[in-house]
Amino acid sequence: MPQSAEKVLDHAPLFREAEYRQMLAAKKLNFECPHPDEIVTDQREFTKTWEYRDKNLAREALVVNPAKACQPLGAVFAAAGFERTMSFVHGSQGCVAYYRSHLSRHFKEPSSAVSSSMTEDAAVFGGMKNMIDGLANTYKLYDPKMIAVSTTCMAEVIGDDLHSFIENARQEGSVPQDFEVPYAHTPAFVGSHVDGYDAMVKGVLENFWKGKQRTVLANTVNIIPGFDGFCVGNNRELKRLLNLMGVSYTLIQDASDQFDTPSDGEFRMYDGGTKIEDVQAALNAEATLSLQHYNTRKTLEYCQEVGQETASFHYPLGVEATDELLMRVSEISGKEIPEAITRERGRLVDAMADSQSWLHGKKYAIYGDPDFVHAMARFVMETGGEPTHCLATNGTNAWEAEMKKLLATSSFGKDAQVWAGKDLWAMRSLLFTEPVDLLIGNSYGKYLERDTGTPLIRLMFPIFDRHHHHRFPLIGYQGGLRVLTTILDKIFDKLDRETMDPGVTDYSFDLTR
Amino acid sequence: MSLDSQNSGALHTKLIEQVLSRYPDKTAKRRKKHLSVATRGQELAGETQALSECDVKSNIKSIPGVMTIRGCAYAGSKGVVWGPVKDMVHLSHGPVGCGHYSWSQRRNYYVGTTSIDSFVTMQFTSDFQEKDIVFGGDKKLEKIIDELEDLFPLSKGITIQSECPIGLIGDDIEAVSRKKTKEYEKTIVPVRCEGFRGVSQSLGHHIANDAIRDWVFEKKELKFEAGPYDVNVIGDYNIGGDAWASRILLEEMGLRVVGNWSGDATLAEIERAPKAKLNLIHCYRSMNYICRHMEEKYGVPWMEYNFFGPSQIESSMRNIAKHFGPDIEEKTEYVIAKYRPLVDAVIDKYWSRLEGRTVMLYVGGLRPRHVVSAYEDLGMAIVGTGYEFGHNDDYQRTGHYVQEGTLIYDDVTGYELEKFIEGIRPDLVGSGIKEKYPVQKMGIPFRQMHSWDYSGPYHGYDGFAIFARDMDLAINNPVWDLYDAPWKKKSAQPAAIAAE
Repeated sequence: MPQSAEKVLDHAPLFREAEYRQMLAAKKLNFECPHPDEIVTDQREFTKTWEYRDKNLAREALVVNPAKACQPLGAVFAAAGFERTMSFVHGSQGCVAYYRSHLSRHFKEPSSAVSSSMTEDAAVFGGMKNMIDGLANTYKLYDPKMIAVSTTCMAEVIGDDLHSFIENARQEGSVPQDFEVPYAHTPAFVGSHVDGYDAMVKGVLENFWKGKQRTVLANTVNIIPGFDGFCVGNNRELKRLLNLMGVSYTLIQDASDQFDTPSDGEFRMYDGGTKIEDVQAALNAEATLSLQHYNTRKTLEYCQEVGQETASFHYPLGVEATDELLMRVSEISGKEIPEAITRERGRLVDAMADSQSWLHGKKYAIYGDPDFVHAMARFVMETGGEPTHCLATNGTNAWEAEMKKLLATSSFGKDAQVWAGKDLWAMRSLLFTEPVDLLIGNSYGKYLERDTGTPLIRLMFPIFDRHHHHRFPLIGYQGGLRVLTTILDKIFDKLDRETMDPGVTDYSFDLTR
Repeated sequence: MSLDSQNSGALHTKLIEQVLSRYPDKTAKRRKKHLSVATRGQELAGETQALSECDVKSNIKSIPGVMTIRGCAYAGSKGVVWGPVKDMVHLSHGPVGCGHYSWSQRRNYYVGTTSIDSFVTMQFTSDFQEKDIVFGGDKKLEKIIDELEDLFPLSKGITIQSECPIGLIGDDIEAVSRKKTKEYEKTIVPVRCEGFRGVSQSLGHHIANDAIRDWVFEKKELKFEAGPYDVNVIGDYNIGGDAWASRILLEEMGLRVVGNWSGDATLAEIERAPKAKLNLIHCYRSMNYICRHMEEKYGVPWMEYNFFGPSQIESSMRNIAKHFGPDIEEKTEYVIAKYRPLVDAVIDKYWSRLEGRTVMLYVGGLRPRHVVSAYEDLGMAIVGTGYEFGHNDDYQRTGHYVQEGTLIYDDVTGYELEKFIEGIRPDLVGSGIKEKYPVQKMGIPFRQMHSWDYSGPYHGYDGFAIFARDMDLAINNPVWDLYDAPWKKKSAQPAAIAAE
């Protein structure tokens, strides 16, 4: 009997004990009707080949382990970035349970959202009644300042019209006449979570800006961060930089406090977020900048329509990407980049120079959202690394072209390949046939690490199996330091592990590296 | 009943009134039926008397906009019943989200070579695009099955887990399944578990059970020698290894576990199940349907059992043994005696650290009642409990577990649960990931009781030791004493404050 009160064994050691191993072996033999081991081994080896890769990449219909979620997740995340805003997702209720769980598992934080709980009758008659009752209940129970409505695919397939439903609900007195109910149609069968983010942010801006007179306030700027699992660390870092510069700015959609509330005995359902009056006033800004181009294509179009200047970036991570953002902000705001920031830049460059011998020539596979992959590939090249595989399941043709352009700017990108629309099962074949030193992605990458032995660095949403990484920034020069250190730790840890076989590799196990 | 529970009954009644007063009238009227305080059990001649009666309405539609914690039929089928079957590919058929959010989240442990002969922790999806909605997805589904056969040839079968759009656009996944079953001579199971069906996960369980009946049973010639002590374990999803910690005991009792549904299960274990002598149901809610069918059609009797905590484990093992007669009964007594020192040592170690601590539960399936006695075995008391997707028969069974005065809440809303916790201020809350962080912010220890908070197993004797350790480490961690900044004046209010 392996279990004892003195030393309680949980699943990891318990099932390695002889009793359990024997039991499971007997189960397999007697009841499971498994394939012979030899056939399993052969198939496993076959999946590592170029032949399998060709079949795998030729897939036209099946998707396996995609690195993308659906639109409403992005909309729920977006709504969390506005003051006292409750997400209301119109459609089936299970979806909302999924978004909330997904966000909570990553941030280790509460995630509040409600559903209009449509069922079969609503599928037949439409969900108007659900909207009317639902808004009334949400307004009364959760005391929001704003309710941001998005849709699940059920509501989209039956064609529910959010605008007229919300107006009807107003007429019925579900919410006061002047209560803010921005909305966005977010069909799950179009695009991905980054598009849902785009739609919801645009919905909020339209809600407040439509029909309003714009009086340009020179030198002011709006910044939209995009869907970002690192918003807690990143948004705070961004604000620190902008404050150092003395820029007059509005961060539109700031979920950094919402997903980082303190533990002091009080559950704050709402915390922080862009204030509603700030969203209103943001119409007058001279320019709106997006930190993630592929998260804000429609939103920026709308900003242009109202007369704002716009610019978009690809997740300002690393030296040159941060340079570009700061220079653009400086240009619009008329504020100089202060010496303090210049020194920060110098320190990041200094750190990269100190470590360059360990990074030069390292090969990487990078996957994630399109802007992140762009940023990561760029930074990798700045360190002398080679971004061998760049994959975004939600990457478009335009993204692919832009990636190729970026990779062509550096000799370190000359062998890089761009994989738009491919999934992590494709990545598995890529890693077996054209191996790399490091894999950069999210928690789902752990299965690739297990199968292919490629060390995984988690820098992308969602991160379920490591804690608190999102509390630290990745963007800006400070963020660059963090990314640099994370990569180096992975390299050094691996090297130490490979050289710590006692009596075998007592050499190479260097104290100073 | 003691004065204590009557007093708490009065508090609980007041709390119900308070939360209802916040709702719009129409909603308050509907929610009222789902909330109650357990009353004294009725004396029934010739039956074991229940401790209490838990009289609430259940298994009806959630109210829009109130923040129900429930999921959907797809979650009940793909997430619960089918997902753990390890040697089949489970295709999330529709847009990408459902499969993504449920990917690898239930901790259904299994042994196998993932992606070669086992597929539980993978996310297969048809990733519907607009054109699939407009023109239908049946052609795409055919192609997907072809590609699955090409790339994952060692799978023993495929299930098609329908997401919302499938039923709305009128796809005929049954026709595709029949055609491809013939072509590949492989089990292909279409499951109509669209998320909008029913009112919760529950209908998804039922639909998934029916799919086993209609698309798996009696489809193949089986070469299998049945034995006299063959049982199936039904409704154990092997979360954190639960089913293994149970199986080891059943085998020690002298039984042969032919099939485990559906944690660590293979298709063969499902196909052979009707040949067993007895079905043992752990999660009654999610799998009673197929047991009733097997009883009717194949004459396999079923019984419920509970492997949480030593008192229920013992009485369950004895009940099971009784079914098989003296040989097994004798072995069972030996097993009980063998584990008694472990049980005693665990209780000795943790009793003084946990005695008198109060617990509120809000979970699904069997747990709102099944874990009650495991807590009581450690000296703890359940002060509130409720089901996400229970039916009337679940609440009836709950009366055998909970004391008079216990607060009962069905399909609780986020608002209600927080207010109840604020008012009762229990020493521990056991619920899900969505509830974990709000509760912890309020300074109240919490354990996820769906996923075992990444621990487990909690079933069986081996699991009980882990359960006891986990409850202790949750409650007695020093972090809960650090919540107040020393320079802040202590407020007169209790620390737990729910969101307003």
